Amino acid sequence: MTSGTATAAQIPAHTAAQPGPATPLLAIEGLTKRFGAVTALENVSLSLRKGEVLGLMGENGAGKSTLLKILSGVQPPTEGRILIDGAPVTITSPQHAQSLGIITIYQELSLIPTLSVAENIFIGRAPIGRLGLVDWGRMRREAREIIARVGLRIDPQTVVSALSVAEQQMVEIARALSLSSRIIIMDEPTSALSETEVARLLSIMARLREEGVAIMFVTHRLEEASGICDRMTVLRDGRLAGHLERGDGPIPIPAIIENMVGRAASELYARPAERATPGPVRLEVRGLRTTPNPEAPHAIVLDGVDLDLRGGEILGVAGLVGSGRTELARAIFGADPVAAGTLTLDGTEIRPASPADAIALGIGLVPEDRKHQAIFAALGILSNFSIAALDAYARFGGLMDEKRERADLAEYKRMLNIRMADADQTIDGLSGGNQQKVILARWLARDPKVLIVDEPTRGVDVGAKAEVHQILVQLAARGIAIMVISSELPEILAVSDRIVTMREGRITGELPAREASEAKLMALMALGEKGQ
Amino acid sequence: MTTEAASAERKGPNMFKLIMRFGPLIFLLLLMIVFALMNPNFLNPVNLFNVMRQISITGLIALGMTFVILTAGIDLSVGSLLAFCGMVAAVVAKGGVTSSLAAAGGQAGFGWFAALLAALIVGAACGAIQGLAVTRLKVPPFVVTLGGLTIWRGLTLTISGGGPVSGFDATMRWFGTGLIGPVPVPVIIFAIAAIICHMVLRYTRFGRAVYAVGGNAEAARLSGVRVDRVLVSVYVIVGFFCGLAAFVLSARLNSAEAVAGIGYELTVISAVVIGGTSLFGGIGSIAGTVIGAALIGVLVNGLVLNNVSSYTQQVVIGLILILAVAFDRWLKTRARG
Repeated sequence: MTSGTATAAQIPAHTAAQPGPATPLLAIEGLTKRFGAVTALENVSLSLRKGEVLGLMGENGAGKSTLLKILSGVQPPTEGRILIDGAPVTITSPQHAQSLGIITIYQELSLIPTLSVAENIFIGRAPIGRLGLVDWGRMRREAREIIARVGLRIDPQTVVSALSVAEQQMVEIARALSLSSRIIIMDEPTSALSETEVARLLSIMARLREEGVAIMFVTHRLEEASGICDRMTVLRDGRLAGHLERGDGPIPIPAIIENMVGRAASELYARPAERATPGPVRLEVRGLRTTPNPEAPHAIVLDGVDLDLRGGEILGVAGLVGSGRTELARAIFGADPVAAGTLTLDGTEIRPASPADAIALGIGLVPEDRKHQAIFAALGILSNFSIAALDAYARFGGLMDEKRERADLAEYKRMLNIRMADADQTIDGLSGGNQQKVILARWLARDPKVLIVDEPTRGVDVGAKAEVHQILVQLAARGIAIMVISSELPEILAVSDRIVTMREGRITGELPAREASEAKLMALMALGEKGQ
Repeated sequence: MTTEAASAERKGPNMFKLIMRFGPLIFLLLLMIVFALMNPNFLNPVNLFNVMRQISITGLIALGMTFVILTAGIDLSVGSLLAFCGMVAAVVAKGGVTSSLAAAGGQAGFGWFAALLAALIVGAACGAIQGLAVTRLKVPPFVVTLGGLTIWRGLTLTISGGGPVSGFDATMRWFGTGLIGPVPVPVIIFAIAAIICHMVLRYTRFGRAVYAVGGNAEAARLSGVRVDRVLVSVYVIVGFFCGLAAFVLSARLNSAEAVAGIGYELTVISAVVIGGTSLFGGIGSIAGTVIGAALIGVLVNGLVLNNVSSYTQQVVIGLILILAVAFDRWLKTRARG
């Protein structure tokens, strides 16, 4: 609680047992959450009043998700209290949260895609007719009324998977309303929406506010937040960074940014000192475009991306969720089809049609979702380590040279400081940081020309983050061209030599790291202003 | 994986981990002790070799099935494919659809080697077709091989006209009925095949890829594994083993039956699953499958020796299947906790 720029919200005395007019609908007092030695949330207090939209702001890792998980009953807090109508409650499960009138709408929607809109709205509480059977007629009628409240004009019998993300979100909101929820928490609801869909969502939020619903709006998009929010609570590093309140006009964006980033780069993100001078361009990307992929309908379409990656250099790619940064990585890596544009690696044009092609050419990718895209949880560390270099370790007849594999793994274990008992233990027994080091070792074993690292420290404990950053710098020093994608700006600033920002599948700006600041990057990412 | 036991020690004694690794084997040994106590004939070498010969047919297919299930796939067509390959082998061996004694001795046909080759090629080719249907048409393996189950059976009936083709030369019959020392030839074939499969899965690049695809197909793809190739390969392998098993079975029975192998898919999948291979892929071993096949063989044999009716046997086998997997799950949760 260092730099509250605007009026601090008054936390009501917790002795107030009777809800009065001043009692907020929801109040949080001194909430702390620790995971082992890591403190995700420390002494956070905030309040949410009837008929207001409260923005919960903060960078990735600021503690927003943890707070949401506590409020929706997924995790219990370590310390602190939650009060509803002034009365302390202990939220034990998502069902319990729902019965208390709190509903959380997550980024990953929780509808069942194979069921109809009406069935989803009434899931677990379908209206029952005379014979104890589901009264389908009533269910459809009521569902139609409910979805009309959020301005959705679709047949309630439509199967959810046929709806757009925006429509699915509306259905979730409609469902929340039908549960007579008084508190709706929205986690990044606009990240997958188009501009017009966003506008529609915001107008529905405004209408709900008039109906007296309290909305907690979690978003990265400062414009939207500034436009709709009555108040904001900003978190930083798990602590309260400030409260902002709407005056005559919307909450000014610079004030939000100041609260979100207002600190000197901490030691964790200290920029590693020694830097190799960038070498010649290794990977040249020109006019890279993709087309909508029916198999991945939510993927962002790349709209003509130009990039140069130099040997010995770390290029940071900053962008919000939905900016196309991951899609860029996947397109270069051959994981998604490319519609137009050229890739030139060390002066030769390449057209990787699959990750296997890209890998053979000397490109590596550490994907953003370690659990689903990188690790083989049931397999041993050795198998996880050498999977991308099977050809390099295979001898005649495809027999693996296990001795060499083990020796190399032992070497990387030392070099990257991987804490593990032995090469045959399953990888899911390692911490996130050590898993990530094994994945990095996987690519080092190939000695790549280009290494793309998407979210290098997601799910990595605080202590190991700096280690991973140090490793990336060392790799660049070996002449590898490294591209780091991250939603954590301090991380981008700490490891990059040069930074580009992305928005809606396009590059919106480029800065040398020494000239970049979080505020500058945030402006380029969120507003798409051409930088300079 | 000699270091595994050592690491368990380092992390403190974990009996569960040890039991888990050898769970199916312990189960098998207990079962054998029980049957030995109930009936002294059980441990008679003649009986034991008999059991081994019986399991070698389904065991061969189970080896191939292990590859498929390790990739989180399934092959329901193996019983029908066995009949189809057996029929093709018989027709090639005899030079036509005939059971006449005149042809016995093989003068009219192409002999055992051509028959073996034909069975293996047809099996592998049918497997390739199913594998391509899985990878190219994106039809789930369950559906593709359910289709295969009726297609291969239908083709078998078509070429045979419904009847058996029997009467092979002595050399061919030796593969089914011969002995090397006291050991039946099918057992030796099974043992060699099992060792090769074990080596392939455990020590080769392809084996690593199979586990990777089953463990996490997306991660495998992003690590440069040609996932589709691996998938087609495993269906080719199980098809190949159907061909080999078909040849041995025809040789043993001195006849190829159009109705051979009905229901084998269930025995084979049971053997693999009892052996600890996960239907979700990525976990399992050939050693486990061999033990699983042996467990079913011993169970059937022990029940027969104790005069349990074949109807009741089916009930017991089903129960053991469920129990074995439940036991495995339980051990795993304990080992993790």
